[in-house]
Amino acid sequence: MACAASTEPVEQFDLDAPWRLDAQVRVRPEAFGALLYHFGTRRLSFLKSPALLAVVRSLGAQPSARAACTAAGVQAEDLMRYAHALQTLAASQMICKREAA
Amino acid sequence: MTTGLPALADQFARGLQAPICLTWELTYACNLSCVHCLSSSGRRDPRELTTAECMAVIDELQRMQVFYVNIGGGEPTARPDFWALVDYATGHDVGVKFSTNGVKITPETARGLAGRDYVDVQISLDGATPEVNDAVRGRGSYEVALRAMANLAGAGFAGFKISVVMTRHNVGQLDAFKAIADRFGAQLRLTRLRPSGRGADVWDELHLHPGQQRELYDWLVAHGTDVLTGDSFFHLSGYGAALPGLNLCGAGRVVCLIDPVGDVYACPFAIHPSFLAGNVRDPGGLAGLWQHSELFARLRRPQTGGACESCSALRSCRGGCMAAKFFTGLPLDGPDPECVKGHGERVLASAAATVSPRPSPDHSHRTAPYQAGEPRPVPERPGQRRPVPLTLLARPPVTACNPDPLAGFVPE
Repeated sequence: MACAASTEPVEQFDLDAPWRLDAQVRVRPEAFGALLYHFGTRRLSFLKSPALLAVVRSLGAQPSARAACTAAGVQAEDLMRYAHALQTLAASQMICKREAA
Repeated sequence: MTTGLPALADQFARGLQAPICLTWELTYACNLSCVHCLSSSGRRDPRELTTAECMAVIDELQRMQVFYVNIGGGEPTARPDFWALVDYATGHDVGVKFSTNGVKITPETARGLAGRDYVDVQISLDGATPEVNDAVRGRGSYEVALRAMANLAGAGFAGFKISVVMTRHNVGQLDAFKAIADRFGAQLRLTRLRPSGRGADVWDELHLHPGQQRELYDWLVAHGTDVLTGDSFFHLSGYGAALPGLNLCGAGRVVCLIDPVGDVYACPFAIHPSFLAGNVRDPGGLAGLWQHSELFARLRRPQTGGACESCSALRSCRGGCMAAKFFTGLPLDGPDPECVKGHGERVLASAAATVSPRPSPDHSHRTAPYQAGEPRPVPERPGQRRPVPLTLLARPPVTACNPDPLAGFVPE
């Protein structure tokens, strides 16, 4: 299922919501992090650290983005930087909210 | 996320697991004979990859996670299996953007394209008026391109690309190009003229004057990410702020080319034995070449600035385009021939520039298309006797693919 275009304000990222990768997105790990490609929007994004890749990969299995960050070992003082990166991915439809189980 | 990590461009310079941007030229056959064709296309090569071999390449692209390919030629739609290959690619997680002169984009084809996911179309146009376009691309090509655009727009294909190679004759038409793109709901893509292929023959007459380069840079800065450039003007970043994009030479690092016979080159503008890594028919295939080719390994090692080392602009222009330097006879670790500081021109004017290597191979048509204004041959009247225009060959012709017209010639 594809993500609907985000209508939320860009500056807000809901860390406590459950998120997932869009079904049309493929991930290619690289030394610097990863390459993300969205087949629907034909857009390419770069994850610029292996830790961010770990976060993005575990989004779908974790109850919230915050939990995904914790599981990937993100320190509390870095959390807002990760939230900002995730917001950028949400704005380009790479990740989207999933219905809570 | 970049704290303590090298900049992304520096990471890319060391190479990736697989190319990001792969150009695949499916055939050397083309109905046109554009004067600046970077692959010297015209005639099909009998050794071109078969349908089965193309599908095997697509399988490999899927395994390598190359998410999309830029298909070109020649005129790729001239291949009878073109649409089957597009379907095969998009069915195997390989998106397609293909470049065409528009000759096969009928209203029916356009409707079919509008209904396909993962396919993007790029129509080539090198003048915003027929006069400027047809002087480079051949008589009638403007009309064909505009008809293709109208068909795509009419079919509801939004956001297709209009691709323009910048020359000194069309750089004054930037706003007119943008107006054409806006009219069709398309996106404009501007790229640099390279002295590659037949472009080597016309580069001196067509490449931008220094003042025009500045004009183009300012226009690109003003339009931002609205206009695509394929990252081809990073040599202009020496003027000031960097243009959008990676701003690095991606040859063998993030980019490569598969040519119609399966040869893999470091970049689409470097079709020359010096930049040939191998062939997809080799035992290791494309993945083997990408990971183990000695040429690619060399390109991924840290490069020196050479003659540019002390220049304040080197950090932003990164020495410019490898292919542009190579085919103008400039050293690869020196300035770009179109260096915004004028260093390239100075080296070209001095004795330091060597004899320019000739691009190869050459699949140009052996006859020139009829150009506007050219006198037509006078038709013969019935009954009129003329000598039979026959020339007897003193020796057999050289092979169909030999690029050198003097091959096999032995002075007696």
